[in-house]
Amino acid sequence: MRLEHCIEVNAPRQAVWDLLAEADSHPLFMAGLTRWDVQNGPAMGCGTRINMRMKVGSAQVGSLIEITEFDAPADMAWNSVTGIDQRGRWRLREAGPGRTKVTLRLAYQAPGGLLGWVVDQVGARDVRRNLRLSLDRLKEQVEAGAGHARARRAG
Amino acid sequence: MARDEALPDLLDERDPDYIRDTLPAAWLLATLWHRAEVRGLENIPEEGPVLLVGNHSGGNTAPDTFAFALAFSSYFGVERRFHQLAHKLVMASPGIGSFLRKHGTIEASHENAEVALNAGAAVLVYPGGDWEVHRPSWQSGRVDFAGRTGFLKLAIRTGVPIVPVVSIGGQETLFVLTRGEALSRAFGLDRLRLKVLPVSLVIPWGITVGDFIPRLPFPAKLTTQVLPAIDLREKFGDNPDLDEAYDYVTTTMQTTLDALAGERRFPVLG
Repeated sequence: MRLEHCIEVNAPRQAVWDLLAEADSHPLFMAGLTRWDVQNGPAMGCGTRINMRMKVGSAQVGSLIEITEFDAPADMAWNSVTGIDQRGRWRLREAGPGRTKVTLRLAYQAPGGLLGWVVDQVGARDVRRNLRLSLDRLKEQVEAGAGHARARRAG
Repeated sequence: MARDEALPDLLDERDPDYIRDTLPAAWLLATLWHRAEVRGLENIPEEGPVLLVGNHSGGNTAPDTFAFALAFSSYFGVERRFHQLAHKLVMASPGIGSFLRKHGTIEASHENAEVALNAGAAVLVYPGGDWEVHRPSWQSGRVDFAGRTGFLKLAIRTGVPIVPVVSIGGQETLFVLTRGEALSRAFGLDRLRLKVLPVSLVIPWGITVGDFIPRLPFPAKLTTQVLPAIDLREKFGDNPDLDEAYDYVTTTMQTTLDALAGERRFPVLG
């Protein structure tokens, strides 16, 4: 299953990146996240491993993931090491002055052949909703932070 | 777990790849049929041996066991050693026994549980056994370990924490009318450690005697709450009083089961 969602944030790319690059911030905006243990943090970078789970149906599914690409302030990608096979990417691109287009991609595959395919289809509704909500929350948090920074500069 | 020495054969039949491949079927059953919910998995120590003590429901198919096993394996990964204890008659069933052994199920005995705990496993036991799992369905909200304290002795002897696992809904996947203790005695089954011969209403057979024929569980909502770990020595001293510890564990579980029962508005639907 491959899912992709985008949102435009009224903040510079660096502001979005700063939030994403902070390992402890993810549980604050990632919807459905039930576990987020950064194993070799707190600074994130290539090789950082995180044990993550997301509530999907009757289980908390996920993997031990490893950050494989950490290209500030544009791309952060990961692959699974154990658990559900998955790879994902945060992609940040300029969308005009002080605006950023944020794309979140997630590709995953449940084990078990045909039944695994059925699970992917049935579970996609929960995952899709969680990704959309995560982007909404990310936008809210970054824009609130950018607003405070502007107010501080104006003050 | 580092394997410094060969694991005993009885634990070696567990097959993590097989478990991984069967998780989708368990997920579909738990999610779509039982709307299962397992809460509090973070209360289970992240590593090391632990004795998971559950109340037992749902007859021999025990759907809440499958829902919990799915939740455990998804949360901690199939790599974490996890064993469940089951009655020897269940383990002897053709097909079922082999399926369960690959999932890490071992024949219920204190010795087997101790071997698994000493190997660093999480071990799920149901002290109430066949007595509790075949209680009449109107006693769904009752924890009934029948005074059995073997699990406490096991935890004390091995020095592992107890984590209570409280479930509701399993007893609504079939309707047990009576345990049938007198029937069991009449057929001499009590001599095979089978104290009960339940009479139940099940799909698609209607009224059945015994719980040996495959059946379709009613689509009851299953809810499981995992409670914080209990260290018996820390709580009750170096030589815990078994009666006191038994009362504490069962009362804690009963209080949680009462709360879960209070959340349910309708039988089966939850």
